[in-house]
Amino acid sequence: MADYIVDETVDITDVVCPITFVKVKVALEELDVGQILRIRMNDGEPVQNVPRSCKEEGQQVLKLLCNGDGTYDLIVKKLED
Amino acid sequence: MAVDYAALKKGGFMRQKQKNCFSLRLRVVGGNVTAKQLSTVAEVAEKYGDGHVHLTSRQSIEIPFVKLDDIDAVKAALAEGNVEPGVCGPRVRTVTACQGAAICPSGCIDTYALAKKLDDHYFARELPHKFKFGITGCQNNCLKAEENDAGIKGGMEVTWNKDACILCGVCEKTCRQNAITIADGDITVDRSKCNYCGRCVKACPPDAWIGEPGYIVSFGGLFGNAISKGESFLPLIKDEDTLFRVLDAAVEFFNQNANSGERFKFTIDRYGWDKFREEMLEAMHG
Repeated sequence: MADYIVDETVDITDVVCPITFVKVKVALEELDVGQILRIRMNDGEPVQNVPRSCKEEGQQVLKLLCNGDGTYDLIVKKLED
Repeated sequence: MAVDYAALKKGGFMRQKQKNCFSLRLRVVGGNVTAKQLSTVAEVAEKYGDGHVHLTSRQSIEIPFVKLDDIDAVKAALAEGNVEPGVCGPRVRTVTACQGAAICPSGCIDTYALAKKLDDHYFARELPHKFKFGITGCQNNCLKAEENDAGIKGGMEVTWNKDACILCGVCEKTCRQNAITIADGDITVDRSKCNYCGRCVKACPPDAWIGEPGYIVSFGGLFGNAISKGESFLPLIKDEDTLFRVLDAAVEFFNQNANSGERFKFTIDRYGWDKFREEMLEAMHG
């Protein structure tokens, strides 16, 4: 049913701001343009801020999924190097 | 000849405990100083002060240890580098601002542009007591708007554009007020919870949230001998003309009603907040 295929996954539930986004940036760097990253993050600050940071970096946020266990999956397509 | 301390204070010269020494306050707008101005300040501090400057709590610069006899030479040296003395005493003080929308990703309004306009319009205006303006770009409130007699905070009235929305779910979680609910392919906003922070606009991946910038004005803040948070009771003000109409009315109210040496908050307390609120609402609606 999903209209995207996840190429890589990064888990940032084990770190706090600002390392959350550092980890995301490193994961994005390793992808090719057009590939899709799934970012598993905690509720609270990460889910409030990481989607916006991805947008500000010029990447395309496709979906935020609630996992029902206090974590969320953000699906991001890499648009820029 | 007797020294006219009040006149010196008006011109930004603050008497020090050291005899014949003054700490010269400079005119700074919105916390921005050019590199050229800074180098002029440095030269003057070296030549006429004791080689250091003080950064004030409200974004100004003071050059301490300026001698009474050097005041005219100091003013001339500063003028060459486009630096002016500031003010102290019962008048409109330094207009402070955060970096705002021109620099900061969180900013909802151009705080520096507004600070310059406020400075042009009000700076040094004589009033019954000091009067402070502070401008902050968003709800993060880095500039602490409500500490000021008149505080201005940037906000955004938000509208959802359903056609552009991909229902990704980001806005619902980004909103710190829990004002946004996504259900059955539709999004609703609880307007009673929305605080105009604009975070949904900033975070929305396909820009399906449209933000119309505006000003949240607070009145009667002070943070000195007495401490009180400025009150915001007007709806979001969406244009500069209306903003200036409200601020003009507030300053004129203070000028007309304040006792000498009475801060804005205490004038409003004495006069009655209900009546004051009505007057500001009238000014807002023109």
